[in-house]
Amino acid sequence: MSMRWDVLIVGAGPAGMAAAVAASRGRLRVAVLDDNAAAGGQIWRRGLGETAEPAKQKMLHAFKECGAVLLAGRRVVQAPEPGVLEAWCDETNVLERYHYDRLILATGARERFLPFPGWTLPGVMGAGGLQALVRGGYDVRGKRVVVAGTGPLLMAVAAHLKHDGAKVVAICEQASMARMLPFAAQLAKKPSKILQAVALGANLRGVSYKTGCWPVAAIGNGRLQHVELTDGRRRWTEQCDLLACGFHLVPNLELPLLFGCRVENDAVAVNAMQQTSVAGVYCAGEPTGIAGVDAALLQGEIAGLAAAGNTGGAEKLVARSKAERAFGEAMTSAFRLRDEVLRLCDANTIVCRCEDVSYGSLKALADEKNNWTDAKLLTRCGMGPCQGRVCGPAVEALFGWKNASVRPPVFPVPIAAFITEPQSEFDNQQALQEMQ
Amino acid sequence: MQFDVLILGAGIVGSACALECARAGMKVGIVEPNVPANGASAAGMGHIVVMDDSPAQLALSRYGRELWQQMRQALPATVEYEQCGTLWVAADEEEMQEVHAKQRTYASVGVETEILDAQALEHAEPQLRKGLAGGLRVPGDGVIYPPAAARFFLDEAIRLGATLLRGVLPVAAAQGRVKLQDGSGLSAGAIVIATGVNTSLVPWITVQPRKGHLVITDRYPGFVRHQLVELGYLKSAHKLTADSVAFNVQPRQTGQLLIGSSRQYSDAVPDVDAAILRRMLDRASEYLPRISELSAIRVWTGFRAATPDKLPLIGPTPDRSVFLAMGFEGLGITNAPGAARLVGDYLLGREPAIDRTPFLPGRALKQAEAMRA
Repeated sequence: MSMRWDVLIVGAGPAGMAAAVAASRGRLRVAVLDDNAAAGGQIWRRGLGETAEPAKQKMLHAFKECGAVLLAGRRVVQAPEPGVLEAWCDETNVLERYHYDRLILATGARERFLPFPGWTLPGVMGAGGLQALVRGGYDVRGKRVVVAGTGPLLMAVAAHLKHDGAKVVAICEQASMARMLPFAAQLAKKPSKILQAVALGANLRGVSYKTGCWPVAAIGNGRLQHVELTDGRRRWTEQCDLLACGFHLVPNLELPLLFGCRVENDAVAVNAMQQTSVAGVYCAGEPTGIAGVDAALLQGEIAGLAAAGNTGGAEKLVARSKAERAFGEAMTSAFRLRDEVLRLCDANTIVCRCEDVSYGSLKALADEKNNWTDAKLLTRCGMGPCQGRVCGPAVEALFGWKNASVRPPVFPVPIAAFITEPQSEFDNQQALQEMQ
Repeated sequence: MQFDVLILGAGIVGSACALECARAGMKVGIVEPNVPANGASAAGMGHIVVMDDSPAQLALSRYGRELWQQMRQALPATVEYEQCGTLWVAADEEEMQEVHAKQRTYASVGVETEILDAQALEHAEPQLRKGLAGGLRVPGDGVIYPPAAARFFLDEAIRLGATLLRGVLPVAAAQGRVKLQDGSGLSAGAIVIATGVNTSLVPWITVQPRKGHLVITDRYPGFVRHQLVELGYLKSAHKLTADSVAFNVQPRQTGQLLIGSSRQYSDAVPDVDAAILRRMLDRASEYLPRISELSAIRVWTGFRAATPDKLPLIGPTPDRSVFLAMGFEGLGITNAPGAARLVGDYLLGREPAIDRTPFLPGRALKQAEAMRA
């Protein structure tokens, strides 16, 4: 007997969990696929140094109780036909096939990295990546850390590192104070966000927070020893063991593109019900535009209700969701990249680490009016194992080349995934039994 | 604009023709509606291989390989030329007989080979499954990264004065005139059509798109050392109708593996076909059991330009201003430099190094007439 999920959700971060909780109220069969081992997404990643944020605890609890099935450790690989997707399960080494009526994509965001001389030295890490490592047990006690880049994540990461015993030397925010003021005004309208900011500020007492300041080069003999910083007028170096670096977030658009959802202004286009351009496919959270966790929770709930047919319930949330979106737009504007951080590379700076592609080779192609297809074809930039997840946003920022299509497998998978027949209903039945 | 020669298509064949003509001092124009080398040149493996399926193919591919070897020093590092050799793998004693026959054929045209028994095969390629009968090593064969080679030819031609007309689509080519989609025109003493699988400018010839799948893995340096091809490959490659797969694995300079091959006539859409991909990878894992554990990072398809008699169309047409260089099937990379020389020979009245009559496009016209009759 064949079985379909009424609502299948990809991503168990705040948006995906909120969608699952909302959709499950309609006594529907709801499942959530996620590539991590547990629910929470990147922002609520479980592990050491977990914070007891009330919103997080509340949602994790509601998700656990709602009756939706969490299918963790699954990476979506391909969508062979409408209403069907296939995911690779690392634990069982099986390609699983899922049938669904409605799909909610809640694939979150990832950090953007910008290349600069020395950024590939050991000791230079993504800000969020370092935080995840620390939660996984990486010891930062006594380590001197510079946190640099842009976006609210820098403060959160710095607070976490300090809490875990790191010596945070400085937080360097490339955005100017003038640019951030309108965003601060938005923050001031939101009591919950003020509380978060105050809490962060308290944790970060004694740490220097410099606006209008960015890294120019990471320096070291075989591993990071110094970072050279600038405020546009003068340059100085800070001695450090780690440089946690991130330039705000970019939406994970691979799956929306795979399913053919229309993308506008670097985000998935959705209507007020979070419905994408593809019938039966919804999108919630950061892929529709970076706007933070509160927006993700609301959009997830709207998508879950709408996918379950409760548009009345969803409509009640639309006004609040719009306000959150405005907050997101203010944030995007506040943390827009300044031109200077797009001019940090020298000719030898590596842009694509998988394929060792230098800035110089890409610049030469860009100067001769080549496009992204030429660049990929000739340098294989973005065609290594990370499939452009790291260098893609950098290349877009540096040269304006956008990745507009995705080919399966969306994630690298063992060859075996293509040899064996995908397994379908058996696993779904088993999951259903576990659920009951 | 007036040119001595207009090359239509900037794939590896068109780019090689452009360079050949530019070197001879001709005023060359290259017309490419899309990204250069974005068709079969980008989709294929980049295997430089002497193929012995017919005397004409043997002569052309041997000539092509020799020209690749001669220009090796001049190629930039991005071309990733690696003379890894081809290893034709014999599964059983029957195929081992073919190994001996194949060696005699190669020897007759002076191509060096080496017969490996079961033990030598195991030593040469430890990842191959046990129990295979042996193989034939062709040490002079190699691999390249074709898009970089095609672009090198193109850039060299431009450096010598050729003009690239990019983003313009030719809609007709006859009597020294090329009509473009925007209504404008170009003139030349000669026109060389090198549009691969696209026959819209020469509708009287038969070139069938023959779909293939390829998989590329993450980096596993040393997993295999030669381009490995099953001896049954020719049987597969010669089936003119049925879909087929064959074991064909290539080590890239990066340590990545390219895994092929499939051949389909019936399928005209570029989507990955899960069923034939399964057969293809299943076949590869029969020869290399541990390949199933390796991480695949991309799967794609492409279309080979297949002619009914398996030979490319190189040379003049009834319209004496129009020449063809197309229909190379799976051998466009190997044969591009040889085809470019033959085209140059026609245009400059030089004596060709090999017999060029088997490639004359007139035979396609006769086939078309025969089909109409």
